[in-house]
Amino acid sequence: MTALEASGTGTGPATDAKASVAGSTPVTPAAFNPRRDRRRKWFEIAIFVGPALLIFLVFVIFPMIMAARYSLYKWDSRQPFELAEFIGFDNYTRALMGGTDPETKEIFWKAYAEPFWNAVGNNAQIIALSMLIQLPIAMIIALVLNRKFPGRSSVRLIIFAPYVLSEVVAGLMWLMLLDPRGPVTEMLAAIGISDPAGGWLEDPQAGFWTFFFIVSWKYIGLAIILFLAGLSGVPPELQEAASIDGASWWQVQWRINIPLIGPTVRVWAFLSIIGSIQLFDMAWVLNKGGSTGQYSTIATLMVDIGTQRNDGGYASALAIIMFIFSMVAAITYMTLVMRRDNGARAGKGA
Amino acid sequence: MATAVKDDTTRKAGKSRARTRLGGDSSIYVTIFVALIAVGLTLGPILFLGLGGFRTNGQIASDPTGLPDPWVWENYRNILTGSTFWEFTLNSAIISIATTAGVVLFGTMAAYPLARYSFRGREGVFLMFTAGLMFPLTVAIFPLFLLLQDLGLGGMWGLIIPQIAFALPVTVIIMRPFLAALPDELEEASFMDGLTRVGFFFRMVIPLARPGMVTVGVLAFLGSWNAYLLPLVMLTGRDAPTTLPLGVTQFQGQNAANFAGIMAYTFLAMIPALVFFLMMEKRIVDGLSGAVKG
Repeated sequence: MTALEASGTGTGPATDAKASVAGSTPVTPAAFNPRRDRRRKWFEIAIFVGPALLIFLVFVIFPMIMAARYSLYKWDSRQPFELAEFIGFDNYTRALMGGTDPETKEIFWKAYAEPFWNAVGNNAQIIALSMLIQLPIAMIIALVLNRKFPGRSSVRLIIFAPYVLSEVVAGLMWLMLLDPRGPVTEMLAAIGISDPAGGWLEDPQAGFWTFFFIVSWKYIGLAIILFLAGLSGVPPELQEAASIDGASWWQVQWRINIPLIGPTVRVWAFLSIIGSIQLFDMAWVLNKGGSTGQYSTIATLMVDIGTQRNDGGYASALAIIMFIFSMVAAITYMTLVMRRDNGARAGKGA
Repeated sequence: MATAVKDDTTRKAGKSRARTRLGGDSSIYVTIFVALIAVGLTLGPILFLGLGGFRTNGQIASDPTGLPDPWVWENYRNILTGSTFWEFTLNSAIISIATTAGVVLFGTMAAYPLARYSFRGREGVFLMFTAGLMFPLTVAIFPLFLLLQDLGLGGMWGLIIPQIAFALPVTVIIMRPFLAALPDELEEASFMDGLTRVGFFFRMVIPLARPGMVTVGVLAFLGSWNAYLLPLVMLTGRDAPTTLPLGVTQFQGQNAANFAGIMAYTFLAMIPALVFFLMMEKRIVDGLSGAVKG
C-alpha cells in the first residue's frame, strides 16, 4: 500500500522536470512511419529506463521522502506509525537547542542537543583535520613518489590497499592492535609513548585523535592515488622547462604540479567532506561512537537513537539534518568548483 | 655535420635529464625512504594482525609484540574448518555478485536512452539520478528498513535490491558519457544494416561499453562487499543472511576474550577483498579517477 503511494509521490519531481526541458526538440532519426516509430521509441525508452527508474524511485526517493515525513512526528518505532503524534519541527528544535519549551529546555538540552552538537563537532573536526593533516601529507607523499624508482608500482599498490578493505575489518584490526594489551600499544610504550589513562580509543580526549588516525590510515591511500593520477597528467615538458630555467624541486612542485592538479584536489576534498559527514561503519564497529561519545558521528547517533531508544521521529530528523549537510556540501561544490574547473577546461578550447 | 647536431641534442637531453633529477641522485633516496615508511605504516598493522593469529592468547598476553613462538595453526584451522566463515563469505559473494550484475545491467540500460535518444524529459530523468548521489543509504536506512518489511522483502533480496538502487546514480553518471562517446557513424551503419535500436544495444553497445561496465561493476562490487549498515539493520529485523563484515563483528562479540582468534578471523576476512583488489587494481583506480574526472 505504502509502496504504491510512494512511487506516486516519487514521480512528482520527474514529471515536473520533464515539463521544464520540454523545449529541447526531439529528433527522430530514420523515420519511415513517424507515428508508429515514435510509439516504438517511447516503448523502447520505457523498457530501457523503466527498471532502473522504478527501483530508484521505490528504494531511494520514497524512503527519503518518508524520512522527511517521520521527522515531523513523535513516534516510538516499536509501534505502528499510525499511533505517532504530529509535532511539527520539535525534533529539529530539540536537536539544535533543546526544544522551545523553557520548562523542559534544560533536560532536553542534555538529552538531545548535547549529544547532537558533540557529534556534529566530531564530524566537523574530521572534515577540518582531513584538509589540514591528510591533504598535506598525501600531497607530499604523492609529489615525492611521482617519479621512477625501483618497486614503484608495488608501492602504489600497497599504499592503496587499505582503501578497499571494509571499514569493519580495518576498524576491528585497530581495535585489536590498540587494545590496552595490544601489540601497538605495547610497541608505543616501548618507545616511550605510553597510552592515555582510558586507553587509546576510550580516553575522552585521546580517543578522537586515535579515531582520526584510523580513518586516515584507511583513506589517505585514496588521496595519494588520486593525486598521483592527476600528476601523471601534468606534461613533463613543463617541469623540464622550469628546471632548465633553474627552478628548484620545490618551486616546480609549488608553481607547476600543485596548481595543475588543483581540480583533482578539489574533487578529493569534496569526496572527503561527503564521506566525513556520513561516517558510520568505523565509528560503530570500534565502540558505537565511544563510551563517552568521543568519536560519535551524526550517523552513529542516529542509529543509536533509532535502534536503542526506538525514537523513530528523532532519528529521522537526524537523518534529514545529515542529508541537508551533504546537500549543502554538494551544491556549494557544484556552484563554486565545477563552474571554475569547467570554465578553465572550456577556455582551453576542449 | 649531422653527427654534430645529433651529439648536441643528446648532450642537451642528457643535461636536461640531469637537471630534472636536480637535487639529483641523492633525491631518489628520499623517494625510497618515503616509500618505505608509507609501505611500512600500511602493511605493518596488517602483518601484526596476521601474525597475531598464529599465536596463542598466552603468547600475546606475555609478550604482545613478539613473533609467534611456536607458530600455532589452531586459530586459523578452527575458523577455516568451521562452517560459519565459509557461509558468511558465500553470502557476501552471492549478494555482491547479484548486486553488481543488477547495477551493471539496469544502469547501462538506463544510461543508453539517456545518452543516445532525444526525448522529452531526458535531462530531467538524468538530473534525478544525479541528485541520487546526495541520498546516501545511511540517511534513508530506517524508512528503507520499514519499506522492505512492508514489501516482505527479506533474506538476500532485502540486501541486493536496495544496494542496486543506491548504486544506480553513480553508474548512470559514469555510463552516460561513455555511451554518448560511441561514434554516431556506428549507429547509422548498424541501422543501415537493418539493426533496430534494441538490436544495436545488445550487438554493439554492450560489447563496446565493456570497459565502462567493468569499471562501474568493480565499484559496485566493492561497495556491496564492504557494506555494513544495511546488513546490520536488516539482521535485527528478520532473518537476513549474515555477511562477512557482520560475521566478523559477531565473532568478535562472542569471543571477546579470544584475542588471537579475533585477530585470525579479522585477517582472514581481509583476504578476499585484497585478492579482488590485486586482480582488479587497475580497474579500481581507473574507475575512481574516472568517476572523479567524469
